[in-house]
Amino acid sequence: MDTLDALTLARIQFAFTISFHIVFPAITIGLASFLAVLEACWLRTGREVYLDLYHFWSKIFSVNFGMGVVSGLVMAYQFGTNWSVFSTFAGGVTGPLLAYEVLTAFFLEAGFLGVMLFGWKRVGPGLHFFATVMVALGTLVSATWILASNSWMQTPAGFEIIDGRVVPVDWLAVIFNPSFPYRLVHMVLAAFISTALLVAASAAWHLLRGRDSAAVRTMLSMAMWMLLAVAPLQAVVGDFHGLNTLEHQPAKIAAMEGHWENEPGAGVPLILFGWPDMQHETTRFALEIPRLGSLILTHSWDGQFPGLKEFPPENRPNSTIVFWSFRIMVGLGMLMIALALWAFAARRGGALYRSRRLLRFTLWMGASGLVALLAGWITTEVGRQPWVVYGLQRTADAVSPVGAGQLGVSLALFVIVYVMVFGAGVGYLLRLIGHGPVAHAGGHPPPSATAGIAALSSTRS
Amino acid sequence: MGIDLPLIWAVIILFGVMMYVVMDGFDLGIGLLYPFLPDKTDRDVMMNSVAPVWDGNETWLVLGGAGLLAAFPLAYSVILTAFYLPLMLMLLGLIFRGVAFEFRFKADEAHRPWWDKAFIGGSLVATFCQGVTLGGFIQGIRVVDHAYAGGVFDWLTPFSLFTGLGLVMTYALLGCTWLIMKTAGDLQARMIALARPLIWALAAVIGVISLWTPLAHEAIAARWFNGSNLPWFMPVPLLVVATVWQLLRQLDKQPNAAPFVLTLFLVFLGYSGLGISIWPNIIPPAISIRDAAAPLQSMGFALVGALLIIPLILMYTAWSYYVFRGKVDPGEGYH
Ligand code: HDD
Ligand code: HEM
Ligand code: HEM
Repeated sequence: MDTLDALTLARIQFAFTISFHIVFPAITIGLASFLAVLEACWLRTGREVYLDLYHFWSKIFSVNFGMGVVSGLVMAYQFGTNWSVFSTFAGGVTGPLLAYEVLTAFFLEAGFLGVMLFGWKRVGPGLHFFATVMVALGTLVSATWILASNSWMQTPAGFEIIDGRVVPVDWLAVIFNPSFPYRLVHMVLAAFISTALLVAASAAWHLLRGRDSAAVRTMLSMAMWMLLAVAPLQAVVGDFHGLNTLEHQPAKIAAMEGHWENEPGAGVPLILFGWPDMQHETTRFALEIPRLGSLILTHSWDGQFPGLKEFPPENRPNSTIVFWSFRIMVGLGMLMIALALWAFAARRGGALYRSRRLLRFTLWMGASGLVALLAGWITTEVGRQPWVVYGLQRTADAVSPVGAGQLGVSLALFVIVYVMVFGAGVGYLLRLIGHGPVAHAGGHPPPSATAGIAALSSTRS
Repeated sequence: MGIDLPLIWAVIILFGVMMYVVMDGFDLGIGLLYPFLPDKTDRDVMMNSVAPVWDGNETWLVLGGAGLLAAFPLAYSVILTAFYLPLMLMLLGLIFRGVAFEFRFKADEAHRPWWDKAFIGGSLVATFCQGVTLGGFIQGIRVVDHAYAGGVFDWLTPFSLFTGLGLVMTYALLGCTWLIMKTAGDLQARMIALARPLIWALAAVIGVISLWTPLAHEAIAARWFNGSNLPWFMPVPLLVVATVWQLLRQLDKQPNAAPFVLTLFLVFLGYSGLGISIWPNIIPPAISIRDAAAPLQSMGFALVGALLIIPLILMYTAWSYYVFRGKVDPGEGYH
């Protein structure tokens, strides 16, 4: 059947392109704030290490940002090319939100990026710092709007359906829809965590190779403080997020837990591992802890929450996928907390910079933030299926009337191009990280340590 | 209701697309000119002349897409479905050229030519596909029951291929005159030499499109040549001729910013001519801005933001251009 194939292809294409995209913004969001902090520290203390670190990470930032921009451009058009029925239906809500993102965030980032990267010799330190802060602010504003949009699709509010399309009636209710605050905080923390782990891992890599320097130590220390602050917080926020989901999307929670039915009067166990089987409506090989499920999700000893069997089969998300993606996220989250605590304990006496076991663990955890982040999104997005706008429009009804042929061709092109281009880009990123921060003797900021591109200078009189 | 929201939004979107054409036009044009200048130092200078601003320029394209989705979701859905393949190719082209800005300076000597080619190819494909989409847009889109009803290759006609070529010429001239303004010495001299044939080529393209469009589309012919309209529209073609003449004259003097400004004006004129031809349809030939409009609540909400924020954006964009004013110095700061 042609439409079915087109639907599958459109979904694969969307999942593929957004998964690539989100990796870059996550690092952009984290690094932009990190750079702002570094520059503030430099302005306050005048210590060269901060400036060296700024120049080092801003090179990485600019490469990463470039990839974020081009992969994001694709996203903004994909709603129309692949999901035109969705766009006609819900464009009244998602359109203005995206427009505000462009107006308040993308222009802000792009407008001040030039000065931030190339403007060292052209503006004073105060103005330069202002540019950095504006870029960092832009990334956070951007996250706010796009997550308002996504959260509205998860938990729609503040609208009416008139003539078969969504008409917003209360914009505050649209933006501050029930799941938005949780999702926004959870996502921004995820970006900070991912960046902190990346920074820490690069420091660990240099220390393991015996390249010890004040700059490397400073970045390890800063990253570990960050991780200590946000990793435990993330688990708490995640818990609240789950409670919120239970209230608004109970089928998703049931699928995440591999929970099929309640036994009368009994608490729900937590299934640690198992294999949810959609066909036989059971979770096989389940390794359970009694009552813990009730405890986590209802905060009571024998509370119950709906099992998957309470939803008609055509309204059930795929439990096998979300069960596992959820466990990957939470499992990694626990490891991050462990790492943060270990690093904290190792600060005394400086073992943080010397313990090879700790450094190796840090190195191994380098990409774990991004893996957890993707696993989290997969949980969220697959868990809301079969709906694209929860309870209002099914994904199957949202797809454009484009043929499978066009979709297949464009998908194949995207896969080839993304793997090539972003593969090379990640290669360059790793190489830049491998060079390590360079110390600049003397107080003068280097012409432009960014992007390797010449600073511009005015020779016209 | 006092204010005509669909009208205001149509103007905003037209403005956004025009900003895109004039701003990203010259930096795409840099990529189109790369093949003429194989020398590495020249290429570095060319790329550096736009490196601080290209991202902001491209954001106008995102605004065009987002504004269309916000104000005219139906048009957004139909147009993007109708031009599926050229738009996808355009996006892929923009990916290649966008990353080339960074990668070119990060790659080792052996790989740099590869990213130079990616920059050229990406700029060319993106520009050509934009031109083809424009041509397909003028031809009109088949719509039945609020959904695209045409085929996969409806956009592919001699006319649209020609508009594709026309846009390549336009952007190349924009890039060329930009470089006249931003460079000095030998590179500038070669750009001045290149500008002349480009101007003639572009003038020819404008001429052909101006004849072809009304000949092939009765409604557009009626719009232009209907007795009462003609006097109002006549300044457009006359100004085009005057501008081309001025451009050629400027090249003989010691040109600096003038050719670039004149080319921008030329592009603006071409754009107005197009606007005259199509207005007030957002999906030619039949769907007007009113039919395609979003719920008023959506348009109103987004309008508040647009009116408050666009002036601000223009201000800090101008500031950024001001910070990077003047000629690019080739001797500085390479890695
Ligand atoms: C939580 C954050 C987040 C999420 C979920 C998304 N993005 Fe994104 N996006 C950003 C955070 C971001 C960013 C941090 O603002 C980026 C990354 C690098 C950059 O340049 O800005 C960006 C860039 C970026 C750009 C280029 C902006 C420019 O030209 O400067 C576009 C058009 C989009 N995104 C569009 C989307 C769409 C349509 C998404 C949903 C499907 C999406 N993004 C998900
Ligand atoms: C940023 C991280 C995100 C990731 C990794 C992600 C991932 C995914 C995945 C894997 C699917 C496919 C689910 C399935 O088909 O079973 C999906 C669907 C979808 N997502 Fe997201 N998503 C993200 C953010 C967003 C945002 C911010 C929006 C909207 C503004 C969004 C809109 C959609 C839409 C419209 C679909 C339905 C189409 C489909 O089912 O493929 N997503 N996403
Ligand atoms: C450690 C305990 C954690 C818990 C209890 C937790 C909980 C959750 C829950 C319940 C969801 C699904 C929300 C929904 O759509 O209904 C979710 C999504 C998500 N998680 Fe986590 N999480 C944890 C750790 C992490 C970590 C460490 C990261 C990344 C570094 C992360 C990143 C995400 C992301 C990006 C999403 C999708 C966006 C969203 O819905 O917020 N999570 N998390």
